[in-house]
Amino acid sequence: MYDFNYHRPGSVDEAVGLINEDAKLLAGGQSLLPTMKLRLAQPSDVIDLGGIPGLSDISVDGSTVTIGATATHASVAASGAVAGAIPALADLASGIGDTQVRNVGTIGGSVANADPAADYPAAVLGLGATLHTNSRTIAADDFFTGIFETALAENEILTKVSFPVPEAAAYVKFANPASRYAIVGVFVAKTSDGVRVAVTGAGGSAFRASAMETALNANFSASALDGIAVASDDLNNDLHASAEYRAHLVSVMAKRAVQAAGG
Amino acid sequence: MSSETGIGASVRRKEDKRFLTGKGRYLDDINRPGQAYGVFLRSPHAFAKIKSIDTTEAGKAPGVVAIYTGADLAADGIGGLICGWAITSKDGEPHKAPAHPAIAVDTVRHVGDQVAFVIADSLAQAKDAAELIEVDYEELTPVVSGADALASGAPQVHDDVPGNLCYDWELGDPAAVDAAFAAAAHVTKMDIYNNRLVPNAMEPRAAIGDFDSGTDEIVLYTTSQNPHVARLVLSAFVGIAPEHKLRVVAPDVGGGFGSKIFIYAEETVCAWAARKIDRPVKWTAERSESFLSDAHGRDHHTTAELAMDANGKFLGLRVNTIANMGAYLSTFATSVPSYLYATLLAGQYTTPAIYANVKAVFTNTAPVDAYRGAGRPEATYVVERMVERAARDLGISPVELRKRNFIAPDAYPYETPVIMTYDSGNYPLNMDTALKLIDYDGYAARKAESESQGKKRGIGFSSFIEACGIAPSAAVGSLGAGVGLWESAQVRFNPTGGVTVFTGSHSHGQGHETTFAQLITEHLGVPIENVEISHGDTGKVPFGMGTYGSRSLAVGGSAIMRAVDKIVEKGKKVAAHLMEASVEDIEHAKGVFKVAGTDKQVTMAEVAFAAYVPHNYPPDLEPGMDETAFYDPTNFTFPAGTHIAEVEIDPETGVVEVVDWAASDDFGNVINPMIVEGQIHGGVAQGVGQALLENAVYDSETGQLLTGSYMDYTMPRADDFPSLKVETTNTPCPGNPLGVKGCGEAGAIAAPAALMNAITDALGVEIDMPATREKVWRAAQAVQQAAE
Amino acid sequence: MPNVSMTVNGKAVSAEVEPRTLLVQFLREKLSLTGTHVGCDTSQCGACVVHINGKSVKACTTLALQNEGAEVTTIEGLAQNGELHPMQAAFKEHHGLQCGFCTPGMVMSAIDLVKTHPNPDEKTIREGLEGNICRCTGYQNIVKAVKTAADNMGG
Repeated sequence: MYDFNYHRPGSVDEAVGLINEDAKLLAGGQSLLPTMKLRLAQPSDVIDLGGIPGLSDISVDGSTVTIGATATHASVAASGAVAGAIPALADLASGIGDTQVRNVGTIGGSVANADPAADYPAAVLGLGATLHTNSRTIAADDFFTGIFETALAENEILTKVSFPVPEAAAYVKFANPASRYAIVGVFVAKTSDGVRVAVTGAGGSAFRASAMETALNANFSASALDGIAVASDDLNNDLHASAEYRAHLVSVMAKRAVQAAGG
Repeated sequence: MSSETGIGASVRRKEDKRFLTGKGRYLDDINRPGQAYGVFLRSPHAFAKIKSIDTTEAGKAPGVVAIYTGADLAADGIGGLICGWAITSKDGEPHKAPAHPAIAVDTVRHVGDQVAFVIADSLAQAKDAAELIEVDYEELTPVVSGADALASGAPQVHDDVPGNLCYDWELGDPAAVDAAFAAAAHVTKMDIYNNRLVPNAMEPRAAIGDFDSGTDEIVLYTTSQNPHVARLVLSAFVGIAPEHKLRVVAPDVGGGFGSKIFIYAEETVCAWAARKIDRPVKWTAERSESFLSDAHGRDHHTTAELAMDANGKFLGLRVNTIANMGAYLSTFATSVPSYLYATLLAGQYTTPAIYANVKAVFTNTAPVDAYRGAGRPEATYVVERMVERAARDLGISPVELRKRNFIAPDAYPYETPVIMTYDSGNYPLNMDTALKLIDYDGYAARKAESESQGKKRGIGFSSFIEACGIAPSAAVGSLGAGVGLWESAQVRFNPTGGVTVFTGSHSHGQGHETTFAQLITEHLGVPIENVEISHGDTGKVPFGMGTYGSRSLAVGGSAIMRAVDKIVEKGKKVAAHLMEASVEDIEHAKGVFKVAGTDKQVTMAEVAFAAYVPHNYPPDLEPGMDETAFYDPTNFTFPAGTHIAEVEIDPETGVVEVVDWAASDDFGNVINPMIVEGQIHGGVAQGVGQALLENAVYDSETGQLLTGSYMDYTMPRADDFPSLKVETTNTPCPGNPLGVKGCGEAGAIAAPAALMNAITDALGVEIDMPATREKVWRAAQAVQQAAE
Repeated sequence: MPNVSMTVNGKAVSAEVEPRTLLVQFLREKLSLTGTHVGCDTSQCGACVVHINGKSVKACTTLALQNEGAEVTTIEGLAQNGELHPMQAAFKEHHGLQCGFCTPGMVMSAIDLVKTHPNPDEKTIREGLEGNICRCTGYQNIVKAVKTAADNMGG
């Protein structure tokens, strides 16, 4: 990899002060470091958020699960509090990458990186989470803006994600057998405001499947999704899955998620 | 079993301790004093003219020691890489062997082709500098598929190879085959693709060139399965240094599977450059480089036709194959789709007439050469898919059809119509054993259970054969091999009774340090902990041919047995003197020399001591107890067996689950059952990988490798397999003193057909490898729609 | 160049490193602990797995500097007083290795697996090893070894 200046700030404010346009935030590095190793990224500065106290805290109150940006996937998966409040979220975290990636990779890194095939964006969107930064909060529906693109400004750091506790939810993933990223992942949540269906892996970024939501609002059961498919036009089409296959898988995974969520 | 550490015992491996404690010494673990680091600038294009290379800026970068291009190698008289097996086309022309420079001179012919070599004080500096080299390319249109390369008007990969045709070779009797088809009651025909694979030994290739200006000797440390062959080629053909001034060391090597047989550009350049800069140079491949530059495997397009009589008796087989050789010929590339392939097309069957035509073609892809099984998996895949398909066409059980056509257990030696003479076997026994292991009688119930849950279940068979223990030198010489394929061994007693065995075989996972020691323990009575196996260093071991083709025990082990015989012969003379008896009266068994009919005896250790401290010693006998032997086999060996795969398919997603696997293999005598079983597991895993997961895909427009990392090339993981049920049958091989046949490649040869036959049985429609989930889903959809 | 200090296999170590130095490079090149291997460049093969503060991590995907003050255990630090760790012993007993290249990472991952799943069944073991690629063994004997080690580790 190219060389860079390494920083390990002790606070979010200090981290924000270190940001420049060629800097990269390191929140675990399980996506960033492989990219840098292949010389596909050349940051002038790497700002390691791993030393900021409190940034990895996980807390649950009655209706909200809040997870700090540097909480690892393993810690979310192993959190009894998370599993008690939103088992689907703990389950999703337990299926990201592999054990070693989960021991280091973080929710903040995953969400801010917005890899089209990452798992967390499905939960963020599916649960209607709120994304907290050093300067504001952003609604999930406004957050993912494109391939590896989010609403985060250059000098903005994602600090925590709060997830409202749903009535029921499940995440079902169809993993790429090589990379184990999602070819298609569908997060279904039954919330007090209605059903949300979020899809990752299939498109340029995570998106909601509104026709499925409408059907499930009328009847929260797998059979309600019979004959409902997302359009394949805008879906990813690559070596691992055609757009048509992905569209089919979205329906299958959505049904399985509804079933897993008790529908 | 003769003892806990002798032949037939599952002795725990002597080599494991160092591997388990992090003390293995793989190439990248070695560093030489003053070592510099090299990186290769590689072509980003599949096919391009190099108009110019400007290294000016790169040369000024921090830490840079030297930058070399193909012109520098040429100026030093360094020759290109060679292919060591001559194939003659059916028109009598020798195969086309275009130049293969270690660093491209004026044209790059595949993505990853070497363009320049940058040496710097540190690896990071070398990489930084490589990015500063400016290369002006004129891009050309590439061709990547073998079939496309043969089309008229296809891009010409080499100017001196018209039509990209390396050779157009044939084997068998076309007239006899035509007659068989004319008489056939039924003909089964299939187009079969054997997908391209990247070997992916877990240790990437690496090399260190180290030059001693005082002695003029170059030491090349390299990840090789056959260091002497590397030395011979680099010396005699490439011109790096005379053999006596070139030492090649292959230390612990982290897997090979064929890919480390070959003599590659990178080690060639390291050895040469070390002398140029008078400083050690180390190169270690990154995995993405391995994908681009290791020799790939397979990549055959085949059309096959099988003629049968009304009872399903095979009358004739006709096979036409296009073999993709890649951009250049790798070291043994020509032999793989010819003599290692078509000679096995009889399979386990009595098919009386066989004809094969193979067109080997150049494309703008990485070179293709031997990969676990090398030609034999391709042959078994063709034969066993055809047989299964024929059974379906005829409505005969695939078990029954095979049994009707198996060569009978009493028919050996059996001469096939494709120049092989099978020496031994019991094919029905393997089939019956495998059927029991898989509980074939219970299959119908299991299938019904799967179907009740909306799943499809399938069972598939593969009765494979291979020719291993390569090979009789005279035979392979007559077929075009540039080398002999014997093996060497030296058994050296130390004065205190311990033994060091020097072998020309090379272990890179096979456990020779244990299996070979078992031979010494069994035959010379030396405790296994007192036997050391030394291999991999041309400065230590006698000239040897290395490890590939499941040959180490059958050929290398037999060489050890020959050396043991010499030790015993000499030991008898010493013992006779020590016991004041006549040599004819000395009997030897397991390291004890006795005077026949008496209770007088001396041990091997006493004899060895006397040989080194010859105070009381036969006057006409040389001191010392150190014998070298060479063994040239009289025939190939013919391991064979039946594997049965059982799968369950989710038609909604196309996910194939391998739910059960049974293997019954005849490897002749078995020295270490634990190691043999491990070889089967690993071989099957690679075969399952080929059938289900692995595929090297080049973009047909750009020639870019689309599966160039583990993000896109699916390596089999632990959760892709059930526990395999493995048994061996043991028809001793009559052709070598150990009665062994070789087991390293069997799993990879057998597995792809078994799995694809199971998948297509479940689907009811034929598909090609790899059976990706989307392909399986589409097939399941098509079948369902056709039924509706 | 910045300095990094950590404890490796119980010993305090400290060295100057370029910021781009990966932990695996630090271990192999600065500390000559070459038992930790590099088998890929996309963080998948797991040949480089070590324990950082008791958890298995791919040493090729963490910077040395990220691990300031950490407790690192490598394959070289497992055997105590010449006695193989139960996981190492089980790999030997069940022929869970062939070429040995993936073995250090496999063993380190397996120990973490047994720590988090003291009584793993076959499925748990197979899925738990998804971050480690072995090309030689077909995994079957590795699975057997992990099961045996789990029993012997008092799970």
